[in-house]
Amino acid sequence: MLAYTIRRLLMLIPVLIGMTIITFSIVHLIPGNPAQVILGESATETQVQDLEESMGLNEPYIVQFGIYVSDLLQGDLGTSLKTKASINKEILPKLAATFELTFFAMLFAIIIGVNAGIISAWRHNSWFDFFAMLFALVGVSMPVFWLALMEQWIFAQELGWLPAHGRQDSRSQIDPITHFYVLDSILHMDMKQLFISLKHLVLPSIALGTIPMAIIARMTRSSMLEVMSSDYIRTIRAKGSGQFLVIYKHALKNATIPVLTIIGLQTGVLLGGAILTETIFSWPGIGRYIYDAISYRDYPVIQSGILVVALIFVMINLIVDLLYAFIDPRIKY
Amino acid sequence: MKKLSFLLTLLLALMLTLAACSGDSTDEPEENPDNETEEENNEEGSEDEEASEGDGEDQVLVFARGGDSESLDFASTTDGESSRVTKQIYESLLEFDKESFDLKPGLAHDWEVSDDGQEYTFYLEEGVKFHDGTDFNAEAVKTNFERWADPEHEYAFTDSDYVYSMYGTMFGGFKGDDGHVIEDIEVVDDYTIKFHLSRPLGYFLQNMGMSYFAITSPAALEEYGPEINENPVGTGPFKFVSWERDQSIVLEKNDEYWKEGLPKLDRVIFEVIPENSSRLMALRSGDIDIMDGLNPDDAAGVESDADIDLYTRAANNFGYLGMNVEKEPLDDKLVRQAINYAVDREAVAEALYAGYAIPGANPLPPGYLGFNDEIEGYDYDPEKAKDLLAEAGYEDGVEIELWTMPVARPYMPDPETVADIIRNNLEQVGITAEIVREEWAPYLEKTAAGEQELFMLGWSGTNGDPDYFLGSLLHSSGIGGSNYTRFNNEEVDELLDQAKVAVDQDERADLYKQAQEIIHEEAPMVVLVHSEPVLAASSRVQNYVPHPSTSESLAEVELSE
Repeated sequence: MLAYTIRRLLMLIPVLIGMTIITFSIVHLIPGNPAQVILGESATETQVQDLEESMGLNEPYIVQFGIYVSDLLQGDLGTSLKTKASINKEILPKLAATFELTFFAMLFAIIIGVNAGIISAWRHNSWFDFFAMLFALVGVSMPVFWLALMEQWIFAQELGWLPAHGRQDSRSQIDPITHFYVLDSILHMDMKQLFISLKHLVLPSIALGTIPMAIIARMTRSSMLEVMSSDYIRTIRAKGSGQFLVIYKHALKNATIPVLTIIGLQTGVLLGGAILTETIFSWPGIGRYIYDAISYRDYPVIQSGILVVALIFVMINLIVDLLYAFIDPRIKY
Repeated sequence: MKKLSFLLTLLLALMLTLAACSGDSTDEPEENPDNETEEENNEEGSEDEEASEGDGEDQVLVFARGGDSESLDFASTTDGESSRVTKQIYESLLEFDKESFDLKPGLAHDWEVSDDGQEYTFYLEEGVKFHDGTDFNAEAVKTNFERWADPEHEYAFTDSDYVYSMYGTMFGGFKGDDGHVIEDIEVVDDYTIKFHLSRPLGYFLQNMGMSYFAITSPAALEEYGPEINENPVGTGPFKFVSWERDQSIVLEKNDEYWKEGLPKLDRVIFEVIPENSSRLMALRSGDIDIMDGLNPDDAAGVESDADIDLYTRAANNFGYLGMNVEKEPLDDKLVRQAINYAVDREAVAEALYAGYAIPGANPLPPGYLGFNDEIEGYDYDPEKAKDLLAEAGYEDGVEIELWTMPVARPYMPDPETVADIIRNNLEQVGITAEIVREEWAPYLEKTAAGEQELFMLGWSGTNGDPDYFLGSLLHSSGIGGSNYTRFNNEEVDELLDQAKVAVDQDERADLYKQAQEIIHEEAPMVVLVHSEPVLAASSRVQNYVPHPSTSESLAEVELSE
């Protein structure tokens, strides 16, 4: 397994090189230069040229690429053209924000999704099954932005129970240590702040987690149904094991593999694709960071941002692959 | 079940690892200087908060806006969200009046202009201190201006991509350039400074009121270097506390502020809420106190709400339908006039701004020096337009490209709708407009290069001087840059040149009025509307006056119970 892990990690190298080349090329192929965007409609020709020169954009692509890669190898993600700040420093709070949101969204999706799937399989063709699957179907096809706006309207505006924007209250700001605000609140032993942070997570997590939840529920159900009809389950039942134990201990274990694959993929998707949720809930995450950079032609941020997200995506899939072996000892690497 | 919890533990572990990484990076020694102050400030901050829980009297104002500041070094950016914040931290030699661009004393209590208009003397306030405790004086002013003018200056930070484009625009270039107007800056004594100009500049004083030319502590420039953009130190009513990018900027009261009794607020927090509707919701729920960028369609709802007040900013911009005068058939004056008659400005004002806009007559916001109110804008008159087109030889109609802006700007919040209105209007007089779409950066590049026929753009004011509108948009020297219509008229050039160097403001007004008459006749653009941006604030907010430049001081603002 160790050898497998190392092999997979080594395979990461060509993937990352490829990613770097592709993002760099795409970014530089899209028309429009950042100097023009930064200076806007009041720019004169000389101003644009001066700025291009000072940002090093008039160098040949290959030279720019060389500089970029050599910086990367030294662990330097570059400097944002827009804010002139180091991307290493800028990206961490954003990653933390997205991770935190993804974590809670997946927590919601897994707990509800897996259990709904199990119960649906257990009480196959019951009313619960019918409604859960109908709900899952609606969940999969529900546009995230619509769900988010409805949540805001009902729970923030009409009922006033939950906040609809940001990660914390404007008037009560946390002193960030890790930039995971839930964790920071715990580290500060600040229960009030913890409550605030969690409260801010509820609506965006549900909005973001609904689609994965629905997918997980459907996947769990079909996977469970397959396992439940297998011979060994009948054998265990014949031995007189309790229904609950049969399902959660014996059946679930074997039904988990496809579900786990979906969970891994969905987590990756959420990390990179939470732009809509992040925008609607004013969540300062990585999706919005890259999106803003694209409209601003902030080349270094686009390149490095995509690279970081890609790296995380690959890592999560690696972890999922390793988990297979852990869950099902029959799988060997 | 065990496996599931294992998975969760794994995820948590991943989170913790990342957390540890991020923790490490803030400990890097190179970031230490700002770290210390930040922590100090934060400690103070939390003490303040604790105090506020006790007596509940702390005045904390939350100002929400659509985007974060790019930089807190005002001079190296042209971003309005940046100067909105730096306006609170920094001060300039002169200040604009609350609701207009009229000048009043700032860090200089008095000023003199020599008769030839080439020497400006400013008498500075004594006893003013920067937030870091160092003295504000004439040397500090000189250092700041030289920093912007000279790319070789030790604080110019050219290596870190600092470019002072607003300085270049307003003072005719940089040190060594032919057009650069500030020849020498002379420190007469500690509190007197004299600017020697190479030629007169009619709006020199006007520039001095701009928040782009405020004074930074030289000691802070020395201490922070290129990181000055994250560690602003000025003389203003509020001190910088912390900045969490894309979330919030926290400022606190400057207890040592030189103006007696100000500021009234203890803390100001600039919060980023990108979605317009979320911002309004946050205001209604009391999470924020002032919101910028209210959607004009929501204004009616705000007005009927007793807990929220509606504010309007005076118009300081306009959106226009430009015509590339070098391209057929727009090279014909009659066609350009016809298009002016064909477009229904009132409809644009109604459809886009719910009436919070003034239909345009001149390429200059109303209220500006030299605004010619004798000129009545072209009426909406399709019949007249048809006649003019026939006279020009296009009675059978003509096809024209209409370049549509891809992004919303303050002067053009919904370009697609405007394009639709314009296309329908033109259709009625026999002009078939074919919509052309480009992304924003190529749009600007190609329109500057003159590839377009009809196009949509706009202009926003900064120093409140007519030259910034007329000189930039319609002087032939701007062709290839901000003169997107490529309008080239010798008479107008001459009038604008004279007005630029005249020192007597009445004389300048007169020259600009004459120029507007020719421009009206030549009709290189359809001035659509001057928008009056709307804002909303909780009715607890007192003394808040939005400034047309979009950056207003919050020193006098307070919150009632």
